[in-house]
Formats: sequence, C-alpha cells, structure tokens
Amino acid sequence: MSSHPPTAPAGEVPSSTSPAGPARSEEPLPQATTPVPPGLTWRQRLSRIDVRFSPYLYISPFFLLFLVIGMFPLIYTGYVSVHEWSLIGGKGEFVGLDNYRAVFEDRYFWRALRNTVSIFLLSSVPQVILALIIAGLLDTQLRARTFWRMSILVPFVVAPAAVTLIFGNLFGDRYGLINSAIGVIGIDPVAWHVDTLASHIAIASMVNWRWTGYNALILLAAMQAVPRDLYESAALDGAGKVRQFRSITIPMIRPTVIFVIITSTIGGLQIFTEARLFDNVGLGGSDRQWQTVTLYLWELGWRLRNLGMASAVAWLLFLFIVMFALVNLLLSRRIGGGGKS
Amino acid sequence: MSGASRRKGIALAATGAVVLSLGLAACGGDDEGSEDGKITLTVATFNEFGYEDLLEEYMDLNPDIKVVQKKLGTWEEHRDNLYTKLAAGSGLSDIEAIEGDGMPAILEEADAFTDLSDSEVDGRWLDWKQAAGTSADGKLIGYGTDIGPEGICYRADLFEKAGLPTDRAEVAPLFADWDTYFATGQEFIKKLPDTAWYDSSKGTSQAMINQLEFPFETADNEVVATTNPEVKEVFDTVTSMQAAGLATNLDQWSNDWVAAFQNDGFATMACPGWMLGIIEGNAAGVTGWDIADAFPGGGGNWGGSFLTVPAQSEHPDEAKALANWLTAPEQQIKAFEAKNTFPSQVEALSDPALLEATNAFFNDAPTGEILSNRAQAVTVQPYKGPKYADIIAAFQAAILRVDEGQETPDEAWDSFTADVERIG
Repeated sequence: MSSHPPTAPAGEVPSSTSPAGPARSEEPLPQATTPVPPGLTWRQRLSRIDVRFSPYLYISPFFLLFLVIGMFPLIYTGYVSVHEWSLIGGKGEFVGLDNYRAVFEDRYFWRALRNTVSIFLLSSVPQVILALIIAGLLDTQLRARTFWRMSILVPFVVAPAAVTLIFGNLFGDRYGLINSAIGVIGIDPVAWHVDTLASHIAIASMVNWRWTGYNALILLAAMQAVPRDLYESAALDGAGKVRQFRSITIPMIRPTVIFVIITSTIGGLQIFTEARLFDNVGLGGSDRQWQTVTLYLWELGWRLRNLGMASAVAWLLFLFIVMFALVNLLLSRRIGGGGKS
Repeated sequence: MSGASRRKGIALAATGAVVLSLGLAACGGDDEGSEDGKITLTVATFNEFGYEDLLEEYMDLNPDIKVVQKKLGTWEEHRDNLYTKLAAGSGLSDIEAIEGDGMPAILEEADAFTDLSDSEVDGRWLDWKQAAGTSADGKLIGYGTDIGPEGICYRADLFEKAGLPTDRAEVAPLFADWDTYFATGQEFIKKLPDTAWYDSSKGTSQAMINQLEFPFETADNEVVATTNPEVKEVFDTVTSMQAAGLATNLDQWSNDWVAAFQNDGFATMACPGWMLGIIEGNAAGVTGWDIADAFPGGGGNWGGSFLTVPAQSEHPDEAKALANWLTAPEQQIKAFEAKNTFPSQVEALSDPALLEATNAFFNDAPTGEILSNRAQAVTVQPYKGPKYADIIAAFQAAILRVDEGQETPDEAWDSFTADVERIG
C-alpha cells in the first residue's frame, strides 16, 4: 500500500473543483448545453485565463513581500560581501572574493562550523525524536488532555534570554546546580564553560527545552488527523502500540515530520541567542568552544566592524543551510516509506 | 514526486533566505516628534549613570524641553545598538553615552558626532579625561561623566583569619606595589587554601594594563600588543600568579564569579568606584568588606564614560546644552550620590559632598575621600587606539584559557599573537 498522505500536495488544485470565480457566476452561460467549440469567445478565454492564472495572483503578495524583505537583502548581502565594508564607514573598495578567502583562512570560521554542526546534531536530533514520542503519548486518551498539551508549549513562550538566565544557574562550572547535584552522588563537576562538548550539550539543552514542545504540538496536530479506524484494524491484526506508532502514525504524518525536520535544521544551524548569552563576553568562550557560525558572523560584523567579511559568512551559511536542508529532505523522505515514493 | 520535491527545494531555499536576511536587516529607527512646541531630547545610557532625578530637574528648569532617557543594561548591548544605528545613519538618540574603552573607536568616527568644544567647559575635567574625549584633530567629541579610580577592596574578616592586619590604614602598605600585593597573597593562601587572593585574572590583568602608557598600540595606532615587553610581563606575572594559586580561575562577571562573593571565593579585588555598588549587590549579607586607600603601582583608572551628541541629532544645540549641564560638577556630585559614579570634573573632586561620603557596607569607609585620593594618584593613562577594546578582549581570553587549564601560558601567548594578527 502506498504511504501517501490523504491530503493533496499544495499547489496542485485540480481545476475542475474551482470553476466559480465571481466574474463567471454573473454570466448567463449561453453555451452551457453545447460542447465547447474550437473557437472560443473572448469571455471564455478570459475565464480560462482567470482559472489558470488567478491562483498565482492570489499568492503573489507573499512573493512580492519576499522579494522586498528576503531577496533584496540576500542579494545586497552578496554585494556587500565582495566589497571592503566597514560597519560605520560603509562601502570601500571592490575586493572580489577576498572576503571569502579571508573567511576560509580564519581558523575560527572552521571552529564555528564544527561547533554549529555539533550543536545542531545535539539539539535537532534529540529534539525531533523527543517531540515525536511526546506527541505520540499526548495522542492517547489522557485525563486533562488540553492541560498537558498546553503545558508542553510553556517553554516556548519564555523569552530565550530568560531561558539562558535560568540555565546559567544550572550550568555554572563551580557553583552551578547541576554540578552540585552530581557532586552529591560522587561525580566530578563538569566544566560547562571550558569543555567543548559539555558546552555544546549545555547549549543544545537550552534549545531543546525551548523547541521540543513546539515541535511536539505540530506533530500532535498531524497525528490527530490520522483516521482512527486504521489503528482499530491494526489492533485487530495484533499490532501493539509501538508497532502501530511505527507502521501507521509515522508514515501517515510523514509530511509533517519532514516539515519539522527541515525547520529545526534551519533553526539549529542558526543558533545564536543561547550561545551568545552562555557567557558574558559573548564570543563563544575563551577558545571559541561554543562560537556558532551566526555568532562568528556577529563578531566579524559588530565587534570587528567588518561587514564585508560578515556578509561573506552570511552567504556561506545560507548555502550551507540549503545544502543541509536538502540532505535532510532526501534522508527524511525515506522515513516510513522505505524510499519507494 | 520529483516535481513536488523540486518545489519544496525552492521553498526551502526561499525560507532559508528569509530567515537569514532578517538577521541582517533588523535595524530600525524611531523618531521623536515635538508636541505642543516642546523639543524632545533623548538620552541613551547603559548601566547606571544616576541621571533619573537630574533629568526631571532639567525639565523643571527648561519647561520647553522634554527629556526621555533610554537605558540599556550593559555597554555591550548599548554599543551594538549604537553601531547599528550609526551604520544606518539614523535612529540614534540626541545624547549617546560612550564607555571609556569604547571611546577610541568612536573618535575614529568623529565626523558622525558633533564637536562639543566650548570655552565654557575647557578645563572642566581632569586633563587625561578631557584628552580621552578629544579626537586627533582636536575636536571635543565627548563630555566626561565619571571615572573609575581604583582602590583595593578586601575582606577584613578573612584577613583576620589569615593573621593579616585588618585596619584599612595598616592594610594599605600591603597593597603598595604589585610585588608586595602578590607576596601577601601567597602568605594568605597558605593560611586559607580554599580562598583565592583575588577575584579574577581578568580584573587583575586589566588593572595592570591600565597602568601602561602604550599597552597595545603606539600613538600612531600601530599595533604593538605582542611585541611590547610590558604587555608580556603583565601576561607572565598574571599567569605565574595563577599557577601559584592566587586566582579564582573564574571569568569575571560570570555566574560563578558572582556566586563566589557568597562563598568566600576570594579576599581582594581591584576596585574602581563603580565596583562598590556591584560588590554590595553580589555580596549582600556578607560582612567584612572594606576598601584600602592604596593601589599597587600608584594609581589606576578603570572605566568611566562620556556623553556625545551624534551628528544625526535634529537638536544638536539643545542636546549640547543638556550634556553640558549634566556633566557640570554640581550635577555630577548628585549622580555620585545617587549611583556612586565618581566625578571626572576637577572642581567636583574637592566638593565636601564628595569628600564626606562614606559607605556603610564597606565598614563605613570614607569612600569619597579614598577615591578622591586614588583619582589624584593616577599618573598614567593608557593610550587606547581604535583596536584597544578588541585586543584587550583577546588578551583576557588568552589569560582565561590558562585559568581554565586549556592552554599552557606559552600556548596561550601564541594564540593571543594569532588573534591580534587576525584583528589586524
């Protein structure tokens, strides 16, 4: 059986279901009884054009807006990146790809890339898996369901800066709550702000705390749309809860899972606030242990006031995210579908 | 499905572009209109300048002017906002406060600010303070507000436990020079091994750097940070004292550093006037803090700010008049009374209200008199070029790497050298 979701892919609206534009309904439809003749009247042509092109007109505001607030800055950033450009002084000489070269030669860029990938993996992977499990649990007959469902969204409404404050007390190297707690059971304190992996785990946990519930709610909404009779027949066939979850729930909500994976990829590769506020200096640690690419971009642009190089990083990050998102898309299309579709 | 996936790919690319570009595009301006003939002036400050009551007073004195204060928590936030709006060419307040270490970079952009030179204010400030607010071509860009003359704050109760004198007059000789200060520290940690001698390598190294005349850059703004033997000496001293166990190994201003105030983490720290309030806040409930009228190597200044009027301002004359009034000695004394911001104005230094000020938290120390003495002991002011703030950040990060045990002092110095090259 095909694992296609019941909904039609967006944008592929069959034209037979949308004949009634307002201009058309006022027409007397004189030739309604006869088959369409080869020579069309201009009104007919108009209505054909209407049917064919109006949808694009209706969605155009987004793309026009995108052109202004998305495409223009993107291209302008590219323009800045091939110039010497000081934050305050503005545009300098055209330097070609020198800014890109300088970025590639900067050891902190590679470190930032490493940190970004590491924090991304530590955050997005557990985040999506946890969100799936939580959503699966919430999709059952619980008492006070709405309460539980809303509770998981609470972390999301807390400002990231506040989250960082709270976690700052948890992840103190010497007087932090976590180290005090594990000290009781005889584990050595973890140097959260010194050790690279420990700092990544600390930052990833802030990110996960904030986003897991949000993703769980999105997945839950998709799960609610799965026809219940599928579960009933599966249960009759002897499938347990776990098997049902794997063989029915996940394949049925695949487009949503892909959406969640892609958005958390984009978000995970752009982690900034949590890393920025993890210490008071804001450069990602004494040895750039947790400096992410966005933080690196910010350092170049706003600390060293070199917007040219910062823009080059912005473009590289953009390409990097597109690449990652595509890889993830390819990988996640295999979820539950065995790669057949 | 290949068609659908291509569309998704495009949508993805589009989404990525939007998300990314928002970050760079996010800067806005806010305009202050004038209502009923009143001129509205905005004053942007960070941390505590102690201006709240003064601005009310100014509005009472000048009924046709309305002043709105915009406060940000830290200089870093304030600076990011300032640079963004300077770059955008609009959105700055009529008066923008600038932190002392950030002033050299601002002087580089002197054209973006109003020349505030005025015979009325000439000589109002300590010479070095006025010089730090003047651009290379002689324009007075910043009116000095406060300064940070440093004493040494110490825990008298811990000194007693370690068998050291506790009275501030008897303690002062122990802080006469760096060698004695460090030697005393080594005695101290033998008696109280769980307590460090000073709060952070960062604070101590900053104090020592602040006593060098040309630490990182020459007068021509040539970067000499890594070839200057004095800088290397500070680095070697601080890292060897760290090895001897005098430092907490904590990053100054970190949560752990704040917590150390409550845990007998250390016994002394370099203490500019504005630090008193910070200690009092962090060490609430701890008794025994005091401040000595001494500082190793004579005097030292750490911090202190300026008021500037950006060229963007629509009311530069009114803004200048307000900045002039705010930085006049009489007003700065009131700011000192409100928030302990020690005045940079010559006349204010001998003001009885300043000299008679005491601080109950610091064992009723005559802080006004002590800090005034400390201000007069300042003989050297480090020259700060446009890269100063970036270089000292790299310098302190290198020392922190040694504190944290990530690098040996030699490795840390090498990576500091590489960092300075990167800063350019």
